[in-house]
Amino acid sequence: MAEGKVGAVLVVGGGVAGIQAALDLADSGFKVYMVDQSPSIGGVMAQLDKTFPTNDCSMCILAPKLVAAGRHPNISLITNSEVLGLSGEAGNFEVKIRKRSRYINEEKCNGCGLCAQKCPVEAIDTYNKGLTDRSAVYVEFPQAVPLRFKIDREKCIGCRTCQEVCKANAVEYDQKDSEIVLNVGAIILAPGFEPFDARLKSEYGYGRYANVVTSIEFERILSASGPYGGIVLRPSDGEIPRKIAFIQCVGSRDAQLGNNYCSAACCMYSIKEAIIAKEHVPTKLDCTIFYMDIRAYGKEFDAYYKRAQEEYGIRFVRSRVASITEDPATGNLLVHYVGEDETPRIEEFDMVVLSTGMQSPKDVEKLAKTLGIKLNKYRFCETKTFTPLETSKPGVYVCGAFSSPKDIPESVAQASGAAAKAMAIIAPERGKLIAVKEYPAERDVSQEEPRIGVFICHCGINIGGIVRVPEVVEYAKKLPNVVYAEDNLYTCSDDTQKRIKEKIKEYNLNRVVVASCTPRTHEPLFRETVREAGLNPYLFEMANIRDQCSWVHMHEPDEATEKAKDLVRSVVAKARLLKPLKNPTVKVTPVGLVIGGGVSGMTAALELANQGFEVHLVEREKELGGHLRKIYYLLEGEDPQKHLERLVKAVMENRLIHVYLGAEVVEVSGFVGNFKSKIRLSSGEEKEVEHGVVIVATGAVEYKPKEYLYGEDPRVMTQHELEEKIAKGEFKAKKVVMIQCVGARNEERPNCARICCGQAIKNALKIKEQNPDADVYVLYKDVRSYGFKEEYYREAAAKGVIFINYSDERKPKVTNDGGKLKVAFYEPVLKQEVQLEPDYVILSAATIPNPDNKRIAEMLKVPLTKDGFFLEAHMKLRPVDFQTDGVFLCGMAHSPKFIDESISQACAAAARAATILSKKVLEMEGIVASVDEDLCSGCRICEFLCPYGAIEMKERDGKIVAHVIEALCKGCGVCGTACPTKAITLGHFTTEEILAQVRAVLQEMEVAAK
Amino acid sequence: MRESQKDFEPKIVGFLCNWCAYAGADLAGVSRIQYPPNIRVIRVMCSGRIDPAFILEALKNGADGVLVAGCHLPSDCHYLSGNFKALRRVTLLKRVLKDFGIEPERVRLEWVSASEGDKFAAVVRDMVEQIKKLGPNPLKVMEEKK
Repeated sequence: MAEGKVGAVLVVGGGVAGIQAALDLADSGFKVYMVDQSPSIGGVMAQLDKTFPTNDCSMCILAPKLVAAGRHPNISLITNSEVLGLSGEAGNFEVKIRKRSRYINEEKCNGCGLCAQKCPVEAIDTYNKGLTDRSAVYVEFPQAVPLRFKIDREKCIGCRTCQEVCKANAVEYDQKDSEIVLNVGAIILAPGFEPFDARLKSEYGYGRYANVVTSIEFERILSASGPYGGIVLRPSDGEIPRKIAFIQCVGSRDAQLGNNYCSAACCMYSIKEAIIAKEHVPTKLDCTIFYMDIRAYGKEFDAYYKRAQEEYGIRFVRSRVASITEDPATGNLLVHYVGEDETPRIEEFDMVVLSTGMQSPKDVEKLAKTLGIKLNKYRFCETKTFTPLETSKPGVYVCGAFSSPKDIPESVAQASGAAAKAMAIIAPERGKLIAVKEYPAERDVSQEEPRIGVFICHCGINIGGIVRVPEVVEYAKKLPNVVYAEDNLYTCSDDTQKRIKEKIKEYNLNRVVVASCTPRTHEPLFRETVREAGLNPYLFEMANIRDQCSWVHMHEPDEATEKAKDLVRSVVAKARLLKPLKNPTVKVTPVGLVIGGGVSGMTAALELANQGFEVHLVEREKELGGHLRKIYYLLEGEDPQKHLERLVKAVMENRLIHVYLGAEVVEVSGFVGNFKSKIRLSSGEEKEVEHGVVIVATGAVEYKPKEYLYGEDPRVMTQHELEEKIAKGEFKAKKVVMIQCVGARNEERPNCARICCGQAIKNALKIKEQNPDADVYVLYKDVRSYGFKEEYYREAAAKGVIFINYSDERKPKVTNDGGKLKVAFYEPVLKQEVQLEPDYVILSAATIPNPDNKRIAEMLKVPLTKDGFFLEAHMKLRPVDFQTDGVFLCGMAHSPKFIDESISQACAAAARAATILSKKVLEMEGIVASVDEDLCSGCRICEFLCPYGAIEMKERDGKIVAHVIEALCKGCGVCGTACPTKAITLGHFTTEEILAQVRAVLQEMEVAAK
Repeated sequence: MRESQKDFEPKIVGFLCNWCAYAGADLAGVSRIQYPPNIRVIRVMCSGRIDPAFILEALKNGADGVLVAGCHLPSDCHYLSGNFKALRRVTLLKRVLKDFGIEPERVRLEWVSASEGDKFAAVVRDMVEQIKKLGPNPLKVMEEKK
């Protein structure tokens, strides 16, 4: 074993969480080994059709990450493998890995797929969840990374056809399992989850009735790459269903089966599946969701839930389905349930989708034993509120669904967070084991005529289902300077990147155009591809024929096809004029600025300091702690004040952290790697600091209710006020009524505030603990105790806390009747109005955005959501990034969340920041202004207009001309627009290029009109 | 004439800034908000990059309408103040357009943020309606008469 610490990390699990952790580590100077049991990476997300709440295509947003992980010089993918043994300690582990045989030589296989075409065996396709067949030699899905085939020896008949057809001689029938030993400094566990086995819930008939499918099978049915090409069909007879039922909590919230917890994501994915099914089915489709509580607790989730009801007409029935039977004649299903009016009903559906919960992977005990980590009673990895990313073994971290059921953005945030934790223990080893990516020498194309290749994406059926892609390809072929055009199922997949590179060589292309989705997400991927083929990355351009075409003209295929042609033509016209650009490099100031000194801000600052970076931490209040100061106890039992004390001490004593209390950041200028900010200190003085990144952790505030007599009657208070009273021993009551969703889920603020249900349960339990005879009523819309919090909901109910549902139409009424506090509400089970006379009414007031957000957003030039929280770069995959480079986000500034979630995000922001701070120099965007000195008249208009002071005047041959300071130029192009002699212009958006686009986009339209 | 007016499908060119309006248009897509297929978008980094010459070129080449969209005033602009520059330029251009015999309403300036997919779709819908009422670009009509 090597001596000292090792600058490498093992990531177990290649789902979206594992991939994110690997990318963050590899991008900040560490070597990563990623081990996955399956033959390719991608995990469950690769099987999903769309993602909520944006309906983004799952594969489309995941594919760039798959490709990035696959091509990263510092990530080694060890697929089809498992961890066998572990020795050593944090900083220096030795891990033994078993690489199971693929029977195909990974080095030789080029993924051409001829073997699978010729294989005579029909085996079961696990990617499509057994709904279709595949051959015995296979890849899991077309975008698989690595794209290497595997032989399923259980199905293989040994006919040797594949060996005969394989041109690469990659088939090795006698290949044996092998063992390898890795030396790493830290380990990150991201083995994900597996869906609950619906067969165990035998009353729902899964496995017996063909038309009862699981939610993950339904994802495959919805997917264009699925068994029916994205057309929703019933498995029994291939008919299009007209009526689908979704049944929630299958294998979750179920005491009988022992899975007492809530799986946290199923409500939202079912709503999504219902919406997408309605979009995919051309005829009328009725979707009904049978649920206990709709747990749409995440950012913008409730707005999505509302749209499902109002726009899509999805029916929601609050009922636990008793059983399902089949009509054998039709294959239809009879759903037996008790209606909201308490009467038993039977309703017929063509198809039933079971929303199966998440559980730990089946051999997780073995993994836990091998690694020496503890599992909790649900077989998930044990973690604590204040250390949500740490397992019971030092140096071994956890992220994603393995620590508790969770959805994608939380898994991604945890993955980055776990990466930060791993970075901290091996920080001194940064950069020691990595290779620098080498690109081929750039081809000089200046003397060549433009030779353009056009690649047009079907995006499954996202584009191809509406736009007639082959017609657009034929059209593109006829455009001037286009020498090659083709269509792809997914242009962003790994095999297409390879194809693009091949075509660049084969046709000697010197410009590449991709018509697919938006350049805002996918341009970096394709630029990298053309760069790997020896072209300057700026000889690339995109046409957005999905987000701005097929998705917004879903009912006009002809018009959408014409529009796609216009957009391709316009972009090809621009591509003809594209010129190579150089990426300027800038030095990075390895210092962070953290705005906000609550638990998120402090954690982020500490995580950066633990990696050796200097941090400025600015807090507006006179003391650190933020929201956490007001939290006195937790559901899970830990003492938050003790932790706060420890955290504050750690921050104050850390020599790398400069704390400014009673201070505000008043000005931020500069750019990624090189910010300059002004902090107004408590003394009123201003201090200027230089830093490379900004982390926004400004938190949120409690809503001050205007309703239910709050502020008028002292017996009406918020949960926080109650908590404080309880903690100080000042609370005594015999009867308490709590009202949920005050200031949330209404017209003004349509979204859920996430944490109030947990707060109410926590305080209700505390009241019961102090006085078991006290009556506590909780009036709720949905009880959203997601994940393991469900356990406490159950406990509260068992201890006699009474939960009563209310609806928006019948909100509770609070009155002061001659000094008596009265609450009147409708009791849905008794079906009558009930009046209580409680001692106190407790309002679960929403957590709302910090009013200061607007100022900070304007100062940093980052966006806010409609609700007023900060809007991250991408809701699913970039939860703590902003679109603006070098600015990150964490905690309640993002949206309301629990402490452990804030800590995970704070660690994530630190990891993302470290990908910048760890670099000495940063390669900047090459889109900057440049001056033609011959044309420049030295009028200084550009110098005056430039908002960044990026233009200075210089003398050249006795003449004063403008000169661009590239590191300061941010590429807005304002100068070029104002220049009277058109001497200065913005690269990649030159006047000629834009004018060519304008002419081209209109040209053909006119022809078509005549 | 009446008949052709009824079938008239305006051609609109949209210049959208990358950070707000273009992101808003993408959001309309991911949210599947439907709007008429009359607009063709050209992406620029900032609304401050939009030269009145681009707008004139579009009108000269037969666009029936031009949409310029950027980040909200006063301070959403990713580049600090490009939106103000767009405001000034478009305001001035619209004054000049009248002298060319082009209705200034054909050029529209809107602020659309990255979270306003619905607004982007609404703007396009409204603009298509408005330009249908105005009829085809007079420059194009003149050209055809020749």
